[in-house]
Amino acid sequence: MTTFDILAQQLVNGLVLGSFYALVALGYTMIFGVIKLLNFAHGDVYMIGGFVGFAVLSLVGGLVGTGWGGIALSMFVSMIAVGFLGVVIERIAYHPMLAAPRLSILITALAVSLVLQNSVLALTGGEFTAFRTNLGFGGIALGGVFITYNQMVLVGMAAILMLALETFVTRTQYGRAMRAVSIDKDMCRLMGIDVTKIIAVTFLIGSALAAAAGTMAGAYYGSIWYFMGFLIGLKAFTAAVIGGIGSIPGAMAGGLILGLLEAFGTQIPFIGSEWKDVFSFSILILVLVFKPTGLFGKSEVERM
Amino acid sequence: MSGAQKMLLNLSDVRLSFAGNTVLDHVSFGVAGGSIASLIGPNGAGKTSLFNCITGFYRPQSGSITLGGEELLRRKPHRVTQMGIARTFQNLRLFREMSVLENVMAGQHCRTRAGAISAVLRLPSQQREEREIRKASEECLDFVGILDEADRIATTLAYGHQRRVEIARALATQPKLLLLDEPAAGLNAGEKATLIDLIRRIRDERGVAVLLIEHDMGLVMKVSERISVLDHGAMISEGRPDEIRADPKVIEAYLGQDEAEELL
Amino acid sequence: MLPFKTAARRAEAQDNDPAPARPLAGITQLQQWFGRPATFRGAMAGIVLLLILGPFVFSQYITVIMTNALLYVVLCLGLNVVVGKAGLLDLGYAAFFAVGAYTTGILTLQFGWNFWASIPVALVAAAISGVIIGGPTLRLRSDYLAIVTLGFGEIVRFSARNLEITGAASGLSGIQQPRLFGWTIDSAVDFYYVFVVLAIGAVIASIRLSDSRIGRAWLYVRHDEDAAEAMGINRVAVKLAAYVTGAIYGAIGGIFFAVNLGAISPESFSFEQSVLILMAVILGGMGKIPGVILGAFIIVLGPELLRDLGELRLLVFAIGLLLIMLFRPSGIWPGRTQ
Repeated sequence: MTTFDILAQQLVNGLVLGSFYALVALGYTMIFGVIKLLNFAHGDVYMIGGFVGFAVLSLVGGLVGTGWGGIALSMFVSMIAVGFLGVVIERIAYHPMLAAPRLSILITALAVSLVLQNSVLALTGGEFTAFRTNLGFGGIALGGVFITYNQMVLVGMAAILMLALETFVTRTQYGRAMRAVSIDKDMCRLMGIDVTKIIAVTFLIGSALAAAAGTMAGAYYGSIWYFMGFLIGLKAFTAAVIGGIGSIPGAMAGGLILGLLEAFGTQIPFIGSEWKDVFSFSILILVLVFKPTGLFGKSEVERM
Repeated sequence: MSGAQKMLLNLSDVRLSFAGNTVLDHVSFGVAGGSIASLIGPNGAGKTSLFNCITGFYRPQSGSITLGGEELLRRKPHRVTQMGIARTFQNLRLFREMSVLENVMAGQHCRTRAGAISAVLRLPSQQREEREIRKASEECLDFVGILDEADRIATTLAYGHQRRVEIARALATQPKLLLLDEPAAGLNAGEKATLIDLIRRIRDERGVAVLLIEHDMGLVMKVSERISVLDHGAMISEGRPDEIRADPKVIEAYLGQDEAEELL
Repeated sequence: MLPFKTAARRAEAQDNDPAPARPLAGITQLQQWFGRPATFRGAMAGIVLLLILGPFVFSQYITVIMTNALLYVVLCLGLNVVVGKAGLLDLGYAAFFAVGAYTTGILTLQFGWNFWASIPVALVAAAISGVIIGGPTLRLRSDYLAIVTLGFGEIVRFSARNLEITGAASGLSGIQQPRLFGWTIDSAVDFYYVFVVLAIGAVIASIRLSDSRIGRAWLYVRHDEDAAEAMGINRVAVKLAAYVTGAIYGAIGGIFFAVNLGAISPESFSFEQSVLILMAVILGGMGKIPGVILGAFIIVLGPELLRDLGELRLLVFAIGLLLIMLFRPSGIWPGRTQ
């Protein structure tokens, strides 16, 4: 393979990775927008999404098959179920804490994350669960670059979801209200917007997107486990920050940028794949320290 | 203005804007050492913003702010306090869950040095300093007349007393200039009379200059030696209380506001 | 108890003012739980006596668990300075624990240093890492800070796993047990006593810090940063001091953890470790020294008592943490009375 081929192949890998990051980052950014909370549990919602998708596919796989059709159906069911789980989490854990000091609500979010993780740990015994599908390994070769059909379908589904979200946010009443709530909650209350409901809708959609990513990731990588949300949660958060937390197009762009950075980063001599995560965390820290508002975020009023 | 060199605090040509909106428009003004001055103006005139510029919380785009000839601009808030300016807040900002005395002890922080190591080792110098902090803080509480409430949790005090804790806390930083942001807000007539007395004593007994932002015109007229009037971010008038009362520009600025009646 | 008493006497001797001292946060707050200072001293002496007599009653197994609990007391009191006092959510506290353990491990194993000589180096290394992590990040919003500390914690662990000098994934083993005046500290009981001394030292240091200028400054900054700054408090310096203090506690725990086990591996310093320490601090009651000590014991002894629950243990803890946050966010130790 030529250097060009290697880079092109990494571009494809980066896009796939970036799609997962972007879908999870969207939830972070939307939830942050409406309640200014860094939802530590979001990575675990993604993990639950993977497990629910797996459970549904195990149930209906016999009828509809375990190809992309069956996976799409499981993903859809998982999105609905996990979306409502997100709403329940918000109601039980975050809603009573909205007026509490920020430290308290952050710790609460951490506690929710641990509850989700350990519930699945208790159910699975901490083992990897094989996510059996009958996806082929076929694909098309473009020069020296091989793109599997799976990769294409996956990036395509992620793109469709993001397009749907973009339409929802810009074209519908709820979407516009969501953006309004993220700008000024009190003003929205005065304008008669049901803020509580909008927050619930935001959790529903954010969690559903994470669930979609969880199911797709399970199918794509072939296994799931209780801790799978931890790393991706951190990385998706990085993506959200790169794009400017609170910004929806920013989260999409940030996800893709991080995916590509990671894919190309592993090709840099001395970094290698074992240092991949250190590389991502370093990006996270550098962005947070030097450009906390991200690429698309609004800058806050300067306060010395 | 009678010569900038006699002024303790001096602002010249201070301009502040947020996102293109001018909040302070080339403001120049000064407070003489050992004087009591007031800053008045209609709501939204930029008074608190001016305080925030002086104390380093906001960073003006241009101009100069000096205290005794030393430039304050671009200094962080804690540096400004160390240099000798203390403030109270418009909305009470006491440390919750801490006693009145502990609140006031905060003011002594910048006048003392002991760090973590000497605290862990209980060095004699640290012990001595702790006693000094306590003594100085108790003296400030005594000065504002609430020493007997020293052990109570600050936020459980009556509102008027909480205001006094804030003043004691500011005095504990041993300032040359004390900025009071609406100290009379929410006080009844009796408490206002005590406040006037307290402001005068701060100047007379401690030699601390006082600059206050206040909406209560009766109190402002009674206590101030000089009054400056801010309107829409610009200084429109400056003078003795009787001069301000007679200034048509001031009356015009206040037209339609509640305080106009008191002013006239 | 001795250092207490002498310090108190010295203070009395120097203080000519007969006015009664007013109660403040730290030791005097502790005394409030026990009524009079004499009762407090009695209670403390009783606890210390119990700790000293412990190994004569305990089985080997219980001695080892108690040693672990005392290690957690040190770690939790350290994190308590950062989270409980200064209000900074640190999700990577295990990194400081790791810095202490690995510095001692590397110096004694790879460079043949004497254990005691490695201690100051490990403490300096921890303080420097506290400054490296804290310096650029303490200006950040609290949730960003939490994530950055988590990231640093993971970077430290990944580095330990990938570097040769740290023994990569298998870690370091064969760390020499320390000798003190010809006596080798090697049995479980020996180490139990070492940790008794460390834990008591940590408690005394915490009490003294609470009752000091810097300890109050942490609370001021946590309650209201703007007001604290207006009082002339440099919030970044004060937070940094909290960070470095916490780092040193963590490193002390790590140093003795390394020689106690004789072996360390990257997985001892995982995110879960940081979370466990944080849980203890929150369960007991952030900022409250007796609460945090209680939390440390719960976190270590709890799993032993819940052994039958197997995988459910951590779930029980996690649910407990969530319930505490929702219904009693100030922890299980009673709050300060008026």
